[in-house]
Amino acid sequence: MINRLSLDYKQLPLVATISLFVLMFSFGSLRYTGFFSTQVFLNLFINNAFLIVIAVGMTFVIVSGGIDLSVGSVIALTSMVTASLTMEAQLSPFIVVPISLLVGTVLGVIQGALIHFYNLQPFIVTLAGMFLARGLSYMISVETIAIDHPFFNFMANSQIPVPGGNFISISVVIALIVVFIAMFVAHFTKFGRNVYAIGGSEQSAMLMGLPVARTKILIYTLSGFCASLAGLIFTFYMLSGYGLHANGMELDTIAAVVIGGTLLTGGAGYVAGSVVGVLILGIIQTIIVFEGTLSSWWTKIAIGALLLLFIVLQRVIVWRSEKKHANG
Amino acid sequence: MAQQLAKLEMKNIVKEFPGVKALSDVQLSLYPGEVHALMGENGAGKSTLIKVLTGVYSIDQGTVTLEGKQVSINSPLKAQELGISTVYQEVNLCSNLSVTENIFIGREIKKYGRLAWKEMNQHAEKLLERLQLNIDVTKLLSSYSVAIQQMVAIARALNVSAKILILDEPTSSLDRDEVQQLFAVMRQLKKDGLAIVFVSHFLDQIYEITDRLTVLRNGEWIGEYKTEAIDRMELVSKMIGKDLAELEAISSKTTDISQSDTLESMLQANEVGLNGKISPFDLELRKGEIYGLAGLLGSGRTEMARVLFGADKADKGKMTINGKDVHFTTPRSAILNKIGFCSENRKTEGIIPELTVRENMILAIQSVYGWFRYLSRAKQMKIAEEYIQLLNIRPANPEQLIKNLSGGNQQKVMLARWLVTNPDLLILDEPTRGIDIGAKTEIMKLMTHLSKENKSILFISSEIEEILRTCDRIAVLRDRKKVQEFDNDRELTQQDLMKEMAGGM
Repeated sequence: MINRLSLDYKQLPLVATISLFVLMFSFGSLRYTGFFSTQVFLNLFINNAFLIVIAVGMTFVIVSGGIDLSVGSVIALTSMVTASLTMEAQLSPFIVVPISLLVGTVLGVIQGALIHFYNLQPFIVTLAGMFLARGLSYMISVETIAIDHPFFNFMANSQIPVPGGNFISISVVIALIVVFIAMFVAHFTKFGRNVYAIGGSEQSAMLMGLPVARTKILIYTLSGFCASLAGLIFTFYMLSGYGLHANGMELDTIAAVVIGGTLLTGGAGYVAGSVVGVLILGIIQTIIVFEGTLSSWWTKIAIGALLLLFIVLQRVIVWRSEKKHANG
Repeated sequence: MAQQLAKLEMKNIVKEFPGVKALSDVQLSLYPGEVHALMGENGAGKSTLIKVLTGVYSIDQGTVTLEGKQVSINSPLKAQELGISTVYQEVNLCSNLSVTENIFIGREIKKYGRLAWKEMNQHAEKLLERLQLNIDVTKLLSSYSVAIQQMVAIARALNVSAKILILDEPTSSLDRDEVQQLFAVMRQLKKDGLAIVFVSHFLDQIYEITDRLTVLRNGEWIGEYKTEAIDRMELVSKMIGKDLAELEAISSKTTDISQSDTLESMLQANEVGLNGKISPFDLELRKGEIYGLAGLLGSGRTEMARVLFGADKADKGKMTINGKDVHFTTPRSAILNKIGFCSENRKTEGIIPELTVRENMILAIQSVYGWFRYLSRAKQMKIAEEYIQLLNIRPANPEQLIKNLSGGNQQKVMLARWLVTNPDLLILDEPTRGIDIGAKTEIMKLMTHLSKENKSILFISSEIEEILRTCDRIAVLRDRKKVQEFDNDRELTQQDLMKEMAGGM
C-alpha cells in the first residue's frame, strides 16, 4: 500500500498534467457550444502534430539533464531546404524528404559531439546551433517559398477518417508513431534507460561503465532528427518554406515538456507527459479561439502562468522528497 | 598462500598529474579469497590507485597482470569486463532509477528485443537475498537508506561476476549493525573466492576484517603486511611516517570540574527547539570550554548545531549570548555574533571547489565586513599565508584550487575560514570524519589551543574516543533529543556514553 502511494507521488506531475487537461477540456465544453466534440479533440493533434514530434525529442534531452534550443530554427531550415529543393531544384520528394531529415540529424550529431567531447554547456552549444540554422535558412532565401507539388498537397490535405465521422491528418499518424516508438525506447531499451541514468547522475553513469559519450551524442541526434521530422510536418501544414517559420518554438516545446511533468534538472519525466503538455498548449489556444473576443496573445500569458505553476510544483515535490529522504 | 597464483598483480605503477607525482613505483597484489586493506593518510595515493585499477585514470608506467595475463585497464567499462568492480564511498548509483535498474543498467537482460523487467526484478531479488536483504526492488533507490544503497551497489558489482571487489570507505556512513551486516557479506564473498580491497579510516574495522594490508604514503609504496602480524602503533607510524610521541602529545583532557564551573557563561539556550528536527533543549556553553555532542547518526546532533547557528530557524525557546537576547534567523546573524560553523558536509556545504584556497578562506570574514568593504589583495594573501602556515596546509600554495587538496587539508581550510573571523564560539560538525590520523591530531590540537585562548567550541563527532579525549563536558543525544549531560571527569568512560547513546537500558 505504501509502495503504491510513493509511486503515485513520483508520478504526481504527470497526474497533475492530465487532470489539468481534463479540467480545461471540461471548462471549454461547459462554456462553449460545439466545444465538446471528438473533432475538437482531434484537431488538437492535427494542429500540433509537429509540436508533439519535437517535444518527444526534447523530452529525451531534458531527461538527460540537457536542453536543445536549436529545434525551432531547425524547423525553419528544414522547411526552407524542402521548399527550395522541391520548387527550385525540382527534385523528387523521394530525394527531398531524406535530405530534409538529414538536416537536423547532422546538426544534432555535431551539437552532441561538441557538448560531450568539449564538455560544453548544452545551452550555449544549441544556442549557437539556433543562430546557425536560422541564418542558413535566410541564406537559402529571404522570401517565402510557396510549395505547389502533388506529393506535398496530398500530405497536407488528405484526411484519414476515424470512427464517428471524424478525421485526422497523415501528420497525426506520423506523430503518434513517433510517440509510441519513443515510449518503447524510453522504457524498454538500453539507450532509454541510459538517458535516465545520465540525467540522474552523469558521474555515476560513467563510473557504472555506461556508454555516456555515445548516449549523449545520440540524444542530441535524436532531438535533431525529431526537429527535422517536425519541420517536414510543419511544411506539410504550411505548404511553404520561410526563414521566420517556428520562431521561438523551441521555447514552446520546452514549456510543453515541463508542463508535461519532466524535471528540468533531468532524471525524471515521461514522453506521454510531454504529449499531454502539448495538448494543454493546444487547448489554451482553442479556448481563446472559441472565446472569440480575446487577443491571441492571451495564449502566451496563460502558458507563462501555467509554466510558473508547474515549476513551483516540481520544486515543492523535490523538496518534500528530499525531506522525506532526510527523515527516513 | 605464496604458492597460489596471485589474482591481480600491479607493479611499478607511476601516475603523474601536472606538477604532482600521485603514485611513484607503487605495487599491489591481491589473492583470491582475501580481504586486503589499502592504508594511508589522505593524499597517500589510495584513491588514485583505486582509480587506476578501475580504469578512471590511465597509468603512465607500470604493469597490471590479471590471472597471469597482462592487461591494460583504460575505462571503467573495461575494468568491469575484467571483473573489477568498485563501490565508492559516496554511493555512485542513480537514485532516480529503481533498485533493479541500478543493478542491471549497462548489462540488462533482453527478451524479444526489449528489456525484460520481470526477469530482471526476479534476478535482483535473488541477488539481494544472497546479501540478506529483502526489499522491494521496483522502488526507487532514493527511497532507501545509504546502507541499503551500498548493498545494492555491492549486488551490482557481484552481478558482473566480479573477481575483484573494491570497497572504498564503505563504512563511513553506516551504523554499527550495518557495518556488521556488511562484514558478514564480505566474509561470505571471501569464501566464494573473491579478492576484496577494503579502504577504511577505522582501525578497528581493519583489524576485524582484513587479512593483509598495503601501506602507502605520499604516493609511495611503504610495505605489505599481514594484518595480524603488525600492531596498531606500528601501522599508524608507517602511515604517518613519524613517531608516535607526537600523537600522544594531546593528552587526555580531564579538567578539574570545580574550575570548569567557575568559567563564565558564553551562550545559553533555553528550551530551544525546532519541530520535527530537534526537541527543545537547554544548553549552556562556557567561555574556553570544549563541549561535545555525542550520539548516533540521526540522533539530532547536526540539527542542534544548525539551530544554534541559525541555519535552521528555531521555532521555540530563547537564546542569549553573553547575557544578551539573540534570535538567529540566518547564519549571517550568527556570524555577526561571532559564531562559526563548519558543516559535516564538506563537499556540499563547505568548500567552493572552483575557488582557490585563499578565496575559500576569506569568504566568512568578507561576509562579516559586508561586500562593499573589499579586502585588499595584499590583506587576503597575508591571511592565507598565515593560516596555511599555522594549520600546516599542504600544498602550501594559496592560489591552488581547493578541489585539488586532500580531504584533511580541505577541512583545515574550512577551519581557517572561521578562525579568520575570530569567533567566540566555533561549531565543528564532524571535523575529523574521513580524514587521516595526522590531520585529525592537528585539528584536535588546534581545538585545545583555541579553548586555552578562551574560545568556546561545540564539537560533534561519531568517534566517542575523540570526544572523551578533548571535551570538558559532553551531551548525549538520542532520537533528536538531548538526553544526558556529563562532566568529563576521570570516571566517565566510553561505556557510559554508549549506554546513553543506545538507550533503553
